[in-house]
Amino acid sequence: MSDNYGSIIKDGLWDQNVVFSQLLAMCPTMAVTTSGTNGLGMGLATTAVLVVSNILVASIRHAVSSQVRIPVFVVLIATLVTVVDMAMNAWLHDLYKVLGLFIALIVVNCAILGRAEAFAVKNGIVASAVDGLAMGLGFTGALTAIGLIREFLGTGTLFAQASNLLGPSFAFLEMKLPGYGGALLMILPPGGFAILGFLLAGKRAMERRLAERGAAAAQAAAA
Amino acid sequence: MTPAVLTAQPVASPHAHGGSSLSRTMFRVQLALLPATLYGCWLFGWPSFFLWLASVLSCAGFEALSLKLSGSTRIRATLADGSALLTGWLLAMTLPPWAPWWVAVVGGFVAIVIGKQVFGGVGQNVFNPAMVARVALLVSFPVPLTQWVTPLPATTLAAPDFVHGLRIFLGSLPVPDAMASASLLGYSKTELSRGIDLLHSLSGEHGALLSWIGTRAGSFGEAASLLILAGGLYLLVTRVITWHTPLAVLAGVAIPAAIGHAVDPARFLGAEAHLLSGALMLGAFFIATDYVTSPNTGAGQIVFGLGIGLLTWVIRTFGAYPEGMAFAVLLMNALTPVIDRAMKPRILGRDRRGKPLDIPQDKGA
Repeated sequence: MSDNYGSIIKDGLWDQNVVFSQLLAMCPTMAVTTSGTNGLGMGLATTAVLVVSNILVASIRHAVSSQVRIPVFVVLIATLVTVVDMAMNAWLHDLYKVLGLFIALIVVNCAILGRAEAFAVKNGIVASAVDGLAMGLGFTGALTAIGLIREFLGTGTLFAQASNLLGPSFAFLEMKLPGYGGALLMILPPGGFAILGFLLAGKRAMERRLAERGAAAAQAAAA
Repeated sequence: MTPAVLTAQPVASPHAHGGSSLSRTMFRVQLALLPATLYGCWLFGWPSFFLWLASVLSCAGFEALSLKLSGSTRIRATLADGSALLTGWLLAMTLPPWAPWWVAVVGGFVAIVIGKQVFGGVGQNVFNPAMVARVALLVSFPVPLTQWVTPLPATTLAAPDFVHGLRIFLGSLPVPDAMASASLLGYSKTELSRGIDLLHSLSGEHGALLSWIGTRAGSFGEAASLLILAGGLYLLVTRVITWHTPLAVLAGVAIPAAIGHAVDPARFLGAEAHLLSGALMLGAFFIATDYVTSPNTGAGQIVFGLGIGLLTWVIRTFGAYPEGMAFAVLLMNALTPVIDRAMKPRILGRDRRGKPLDIPQDKGA
């Protein structure tokens, strides 16, 4: 398993997507996806923590006894989150002002401890790093998608204030639909749940259709 | 009848079918809504008719689309039961009569897809679909959802003609400022917040807002409170609904309103004003009585109704929104399972605690 990087990446991005398949980390998913930029920023911060925590957990996995592993992992993750928190406060201050509270909450993001438990303690360092990256990018993609949809329906913009996160050269991403007042509900929590629900339903329907098509193709090949 | 036929009969519980059906119930409710709807169309002219049509059609359309996506083979039969039509109809009754078309379409989507079909369709929804849509629209689009117009009966000259009405409905023609008006609840709340008490704000020309047979500003179904009441009584007589919920809703609003008004008439609207305003009549007779989202027992329905009434009054009086019927209905919908748990119907042959009844063996012997 540990040397099959293709399947690790596919798991992280799609099959075992943190948000759309495991339904973990619902707190940041609901709370910060009010815009695409927020979702992207949160996802990238989580990815950074996830990669490093996976590497560290994998590298100490033989030294830590299973009885004390959870406290050790939590201390590791908390340290990393503090580093990311301070780094964002220093270099991405505008985004930090929006996400501030939720950055600290990455500590209790179950996706990170979940990957440490489910993957990093059983696999080598490189595989764990790849897994952390893939899971993190899958999480980032999900948060950005939900954020973009909510932002577009709620305020009629796309990637508003993206230059805060990515620098002024990315200001071209910011779009605004003229003459659209926006449906406030989409920015509020019910909108987050509704969008997540529709995306989940869409992903499942798509997978079912693909499976049916695959079964039909296999049947045709067998016949 | 041969024994073979008898054994072929399905063995079911000893219940008799009342002869009623979903479609007949829905038809009766629609019949009961008809007078108030026709009056609303006359009072607010063509734009309100287009809005009603759009709301009904979009609900039916989204119902058909959801059924198709979920792979149902009974799309036509399900549409024919009239539940989606009724949802759209009720939604239209709660909207401002000159709202633009997209309000009705978005409302239809929220009501049918989010409010009903994701739960599994008719009979499965936790919340009343029309009220879900109404609240979602109010929260999302506060401006078009609170733009009331002065009633302009269709028979008067100044009323918009067919083409004019269509253009208002399609949003290519703004509602003239001169037509802008306020509903009684909104107006009195604004005036109170400006420091003008009810004794002053409701005297003079605005006293007409209090009139019983209303050519008054408000949502599509608001003006015709008495016709809604008549429709509700028709439902009571035909036993589509029982008296518990509507009476409890009306009492839940009227009692605190009367007390408040008696204590401080300058601060609190009277019971009569509350009963005839907003969606109260519609809510009491047509929305709170929804079979799916209200408790099963009479006692439960009384608790449910009183809760709706009291919450409506509290939101209207102390809340940020002038009208609270939809919020109150949704809150009590959420409580319905709890009420049903606390107040269960008695099982035949057992007492309320579930113990078998003592049946005297020698009775009649």
